[in-house]
Formats: sequence, C-alpha cells, structure tokens
Amino acid sequence: MATEQRIELAAYIEGIGLLGPGFNDWPSSRAILVGSQPYQSSKTVIPTPELLPAAERRRASDIVKLTLATSLEAIAAAGLQQENLPSVFTFSNGDGINCHSICEMLASNDRQISPTRFHNSVHNAAAGYWSIATETMATSSVLCAFDASFGAGLLDALTQVVVEDTRCILMASDTPYPEPMFSKRPIPDNCGIALLLAPQASQKTITQIKVSITNDKADMFSDTALETLRMAIPAARGLPLLQAIAQQKKRRVVLDYLGNTRIAIEVSPC
Amino acid sequence: MKPLLLSHFTATSCIGRGLRPTLDALQQGRKALKPCDFETVDLTTFIGEVEGVDTVKMAPDMTDYDCRNNRLAQLGLEQDGFSDAVNSAAEKYGRDRVGVFIGTSTSGILETELAFRNRNPETGALPADFIYGKTQNTYSVADFTRRYFKLTGPAVVVSSACSSSAKVFSAARRMIETGLIDAAVVGGVDTLCLTTLYGFNSLGLLSTQACRPYDIARDGISIGEAAAFALLERPDSNLQADAVLLLGTGESSDAYHMSSPHPEGLGARMAMQQALQSAGLVPTDIDYINLHGTATPSNDAAEAKAVIAVFGQGTPPCSSSKGATGHTLGAAGAVEAVICALALQHGFIPGGLNTNETDPLLGLNYQLKNRDQTLYRAMSNSFGFGGTNCSLIFGLAQAERLV
Repeated sequence: MATEQRIELAAYIEGIGLLGPGFNDWPSSRAILVGSQPYQSSKTVIPTPELLPAAERRRASDIVKLTLATSLEAIAAAGLQQENLPSVFTFSNGDGINCHSICEMLASNDRQISPTRFHNSVHNAAAGYWSIATETMATSSVLCAFDASFGAGLLDALTQVVVEDTRCILMASDTPYPEPMFSKRPIPDNCGIALLLAPQASQKTITQIKVSITNDKADMFSDTALETLRMAIPAARGLPLLQAIAQQKKRRVVLDYLGNTRIAIEVSPC
Repeated sequence: MKPLLLSHFTATSCIGRGLRPTLDALQQGRKALKPCDFETVDLTTFIGEVEGVDTVKMAPDMTDYDCRNNRLAQLGLEQDGFSDAVNSAAEKYGRDRVGVFIGTSTSGILETELAFRNRNPETGALPADFIYGKTQNTYSVADFTRRYFKLTGPAVVVSSACSSSAKVFSAARRMIETGLIDAAVVGGVDTLCLTTLYGFNSLGLLSTQACRPYDIARDGISIGEAAAFALLERPDSNLQADAVLLLGTGESSDAYHMSSPHPEGLGARMAMQQALQSAGLVPTDIDYINLHGTATPSNDAAEAKAVIAVFGQGTPPCSSSKGATGHTLGAAGAVEAVICALALQHGFIPGGLNTNETDPLLGLNYQLKNRDQTLYRAMSNSFGFGGTNCSLIFGLAQAERLV
C-alpha cells in the first residue's frame, strides 16, 4: 500500500553563510549567482575563527574553521547570538589532512598517533569544536551521505524544524584530501554552506522553502565554471538553491541527492 | 513523541550472531573479550572480535563494497530473518518509503589503513583496487544497506562517535513523523581497526584487561565490533503484548571538551531528562538503565552523577553491557537498544560482567548478577567524543495504552 500523497516540509530561511572557491560570503555571492557579475574561481579563503579559545584555535583544522565561518555568518544574518540552536552538520568526508596523517603513521614503524590527531579524526570533530565555541548544548546531528551529503543534511534539518517546531542550523562543509587520497576522492577546495532554518516567518525571513522528494532532473548551472564547482564538491550541490534564493522570485529548484532520488524545493521570497 | 514499533531487530557482536546466541550469552554471563590479536596490532589490551568476518562473501553485485565494516553489516543483516522483514516492509510501503539510518564511527577505514601499506613505492599512489567511496567513506555502510535492499528512499549515516547508532533512532523517528517515509532500517556497524586501537591507546583509555565498568579499579575500555539493526514502523492496532516500542529520545551536547565528558555529566543529564519528557514518563517509570558504562574512570563518574541527578539516590537497577560486548563505538547504541529489547521481552536484568567491586563513590544501583524481573521500560545511554549525548527509552507494548 504505497502512499500517494506528496509530503512537503516547509521552513523559513533566516540566515545564509557561504564560503567556497570564488565565494567569500553570501552578500557578495548573490550578484555572481544571478549572473550580474561573472563567476571567477579562486582559492577559498577561510577567516580566522576568533570565537575559538586560543588552544582550540591552534588545534582547529580547516573543516572546523570553515564550518564556524559559514555558521556564524548565517547566525549573524538572522540577528541571533547565543541561541542554543539545534544543529545539523553534514560532511562528505571528515578532516582529510588529519585522516592522511593517521593512515601514514599507522603504515609506518611508529604507530603512536597523537591524542589530538585521534580526537580530530572523529566525523563529529567540527561539531564538538562548534558546540564549545558557541556554548551550544542543544542536539547536533552529524551526518554523511557521500555526494548526497547536502541533501541528507537539508532533510534532517527540516525534520527538526517541522517535528520539533524549532530553529535549526544546517552546516554543509567539505575539505580536500591530500595525495594519495586526492586521486581517489578529488575534492579540489574547501566549500561550505550554512542555512538558518525556522518554523515560522520573522522579520529576518529571507525566503520560505517547501521541500519534497522527486525524481525530476536536477537543476544545472549554465555557467560552465559554476557547474564544474557544483559537481566537484558535494556541499556545492546546494548552490542551485542559493541561486534561486538570490534571484528573489518564486521558483522551483531541484537538487541532486541519491541517484534518481532528488530534492525539489519551492522557493518563495518573503 | 508518538511511539514507534521495533517490528524486527537483530544483533551480531563478539557474544553471538543473532538474537538467540546473544540472549544465551547474556543469560549465562558468558565472557567473550580476549587478549588483542587483531591484525598486526601490538598493544596489551582486550578486544571483542566477531568470529568469521573475513570469510563473509559479499553479495555478487556488491563486491565493490568489500571491506570489514560492510562484511560485518551483511553478516548482521542476514541474522534472525531481518532481511526478509525489510523486504516485506519495502513491498508493503514501497521501496521509496523505507529510509536507511546507520551509525558508524570508523566505517571502512581499515581498508585505507591497509592500502597505505601498499602505496606504489615510486609514485606514492594507493592501489588501483582501493575504492574509497564504497569502503572508507563514512556513508559506505548506509549506501551498502540501501543497495542491499534495493531501497530508493532517503539514506544517511550518523557519525557522532559513540552516540552514532543511538542517534539514528531519533533521526529516523523524526523523518517517519513528517510522513516522508513509513519505515526505517536503523542500526549501527563498527569494526576493529588500527585507528581506534592506537587512538584510544594514545589517550591512555585502553584497559590492559577485559573492561570493568563501574568497578572501583576500572581502568579503561575494551574495543569491540558489532552490527545491530532494527526496523522501525508506526505501531498498528493489533500489537502483541511483548512488542517493543521506542517511547522516547533525548539528545544534547556537552560543549565542554573534545575527548572528556562534562565532569558533572550535565549534557548526559539533559539527554536523559529530554528522553523522559518526550516519552511522557517520570524517573520512577524506568525499570532498568543500560548505562553507557565504558569503564574509563571519567566516563563512569560523569554518567553516575548525571543518573543520580535525574533519578535521585535510589536509582533503578543499572548495568553496562560493555563487559560482555566490549565498547563497539559507533555500533554501541544499536547493540544496547537490542539488549534492552531482549531484557524487556525476556524479563531479566543483565548483570555487568568483569566488575568485581562496584565503586561506592558512584552510588548507582549497579547490578553484578543477572536477575529475573518483569521490566516494562528501559533506558539506554550513549555518549561520545565531542560531547555528543543520546538517551533512548524502550518499553513493552503491554504497558502502554496502545494495547
């Protein structure tokens, strides 16, 4: 007995954070995404995370700093501060450099990896640092769905917003592996998107989204360089949603997710 | 929350493949942890190894997924008719209406550890037959499970260290409640690897003997491996009295330290309180607590403080299963959910193994021996690195108004 009714999950976006090759923050990226400025890929610049205590800042890797930067941008845009926000972290892989170092040591004659290397190796390391930096004791989901990680994170965040009737911050971040892993998983650069989602509209609402599962084709970028980025970094699979938001008109966008299972989003500017 | 039915469940760990051997081992207090002889590991510690993982043959169209973690996943899925149950659910609801939510901490990292020993001496390249995405990548075990059942719905891995496969129950429950799916395969799979053995050793957290949770002389963990799964569905009107329900979930973050728990167990306390609240229960409704109980000095001390803060001095009977199974890390939540389900259905409290003298400072009603007792509701705690906490409450249908 298959259910025929189509389920839609609705939420309001109150804040956006974006960092990636050629994208330095959300406000300056909008003109690029709507095509009024050309997209020029350049190495991602991650700001220093002032919020982290000095000891943690020294130990923090790119995935921690990237995730902090995008999330703080989204939180500030929403006019929020220490709100004890439930969070969803989604990473297509963890800290690639740390993973490389551990595997290299374990293949050597000296297998004594350091405690810091080990605790940074857990997939939820960035979530741990983030909760310490933002003093957040609310729940965090830490997810992975390989190339589908953005979609998986979006769905989990929406279930929190809809079922728990709460704000939730989604953070999708990816960082590269060094060689020899790079040849097996060629993620070219750092890229992160953060979305602050809320169950009700507020003065800070940017847009409403209604999300459902679809088999329709995914939206692609007509700009070749943007399309290359979308396909190269899993977090960038969320960029067509950001483009639709930047266009500030009511439209439907389809994101890649798991093979033929994709995510349709009705975007309605508020 | 609306209760969900664990319509089928299964567990495979060092104490047994499937429910019957697991139940027998628990009821007989069988000890299965052994001195570490895994791979080339040269550490003085104990492990909980599942026999025969290396001889598992992957399903013919799934050979790209061949790695220890997915081999154990397949072995686990093949027990207790679990695969048939998932296929029946997929036929009933539609293959797009069954989600997959699996917890793992290290996925197939062992495959990469081995690949790094076989790099091309000239180029440094990894072997051509190393398939990153289907083995090492954290998602690989959920991808494997989804394809094994030819499901087309949502799928994800939750990877928050040792809370991973407790939190899958919560993520699946939310998605079922939205109506996006009708059923979910939830579970946890984690396997022995060098990263965790040498990593926990670097933190000084490995016991040199079989771990002794809540013992006055506890000195660390014994790492184990396991695959445990449950099929979650909305309960229908003709529930059996001994059907097991997920009644409540609670999740929190410590926001304290990357590898030490909050010393007062503040995050753990919040998770337990939330689980009670979401189930609409009070502390006296809980008949048994399956503790996280890793047997490190700091974990057990912090957890005990949290339990007493929630339940008062006269706590329900408590024990940790890790003396039996070892700490199965990302699989621990699902393994211990199954142990709670067995305890509820068979009316017994599994005594904690290896513990000689309970630490009096911890003050819990810690059970050293098995005890037959009718149980209606059990709580299971799972806490992990990075300060991630999850408490789940399971109960027998006969105690709820649904019956």
